Amino acid sequence: MKVIVDQDRCVGAGQCVLAAPEVFDQRDSDGIVVLLTEDVPAGSEEDVREAARICPALAIELSEP
Amino acid sequence: MTETLPGVPAFPMTRGRCPFDPPPELARIQHDEPVTRVELWDGSTPWVVTRYDDVRALLADPRFSADSDLPGYPHVTEGRAARSGVTKSFITMDGAAHAAQRRLLTPDFMVKKMEALRPKIQGIVDGLIDEMLAGPKPADLVQAFALPLPSLVICELLGVPYADRALFHRISKTLISRTSTAAESLAATKELLDYFGELTERKLTEPGDDVLSKLAAEQLATGRMTRHEIAGMGQVLLVAGHETTANMIALGTVALLENPSQLAEMRAAGERGDAKLLANAVEELLRYLNIAHSGRRRVALEDVEVGGQLIRRGEGVIAANDMANRDDSAFPDADVLDIHRKARHHVAFGYGVHQCLGQPLARVELQVAYGTLYHRIPTLALAKPLGELRFKDDMAVYGVHELPVTW
Repeated sequence: MKVIVDQDRCVGAGQCVLAAPEVFDQRDSDGIVVLLTEDVPAGSEEDVREAARICPALAIELSEP
Repeated sequence: MTETLPGVPAFPMTRGRCPFDPPPELARIQHDEPVTRVELWDGSTPWVVTRYDDVRALLADPRFSADSDLPGYPHVTEGRAARSGVTKSFITMDGAAHAAQRRLLTPDFMVKKMEALRPKIQGIVDGLIDEMLAGPKPADLVQAFALPLPSLVICELLGVPYADRALFHRISKTLISRTSTAAESLAATKELLDYFGELTERKLTEPGDDVLSKLAAEQLATGRMTRHEIAGMGQVLLVAGHETTANMIALGTVALLENPSQLAEMRAAGERGDAKLLANAVEELLRYLNIAHSGRRRVALEDVEVGGQLIRRGEGVIAANDMANRDDSAFPDADVLDIHRKARHHVAFGYGVHQCLGQPLARVELQVAYGTLYHRIPTLALAKPLGELRFKDDMAVYGVHELPVTW
């Protein structure tokens, strides 16, 4: 599974960081989402799907193999 | 009282027998006619949207504006209507202007910063509980614990002297009261804007490591923002930063005291430091209690269909997030409080680009407060029957006015 984030849409609510901290982080300068990895580590798929589902700005896209 | 149109229910609605449940009339609407018209204090008849999927779709849709200056915007109280236009901040802006202002603040509330505050918040919680236990009982948990905790933290973050709390607690009360007149609301907002204006200017010469000092140096000094704009921002952050968490702590405690088996689990989770269960419980309490109980207000910028109902351009809409959080299709047995439930998709913080900026802070505060209070005071109990508590039906943020407890 791959993740794509849209930093222009992101509103820095931090939901993704709480749902899947191994994949998402926030940029120090403005709190906007940054990816720690584009490839979702095995075992984190459900957390990442949850992050995409709860992102209030619809800024997370997943491509499932 | 205003007279209601035949068949159009008045909004906000009255709660029923259970102080934690949304108004029964709103539940009926969700079941029977999930998008329907309601009547506000001024006789206007915006739509109310009550189902989870519809509320999320609406709040994520840029064809609905949060601009409270637009005609048709549903002001749920006279006081709110009076303040519109006097003060403007990102919460009532759209698009790029909203994003630019919000992004000035997102780094100050991001998850890792709030996590770094956890030890400090724990210290405040411990100190407040020590003081309460050393004092007389019964005690008012609101004044002794629930209100001071978030007030101290938001003061520190913003750079507002905690010594001024009597002033801002008084003004906040007027601002969130559903019964404030236009004149009272205007006077209160003016007083708080003046206070923040002066404080921000003072930060130019006496800066600290806080949000207002940053805004003073980077925005005011450079002419990017006016004193009035920064004051508007400060007002929102201060009021939202303490009223909400304070009410969640107190009302959450009432709800848990009424659910002794779940309280026992919270106590045990706190004792063994079960961060995962505490975090899960916080999400469930946010969902179940949904203290921001006036809905999220928007106005349609074009004709849009929501839940099968056509909403015309210029019409007001109230997204009833409290009712959405009780939608069985999103939360099975939604009227049951269950701290083990997966509830992170709740809309207690709203949804869409305006979703609560301070939610990472609220979460840490609530996790520490709930995770400490009940195991530090295992015999905590109401000092008055539930039926005698004064619930905040008269305020835009729900909770209890006082919470007499003993131990």
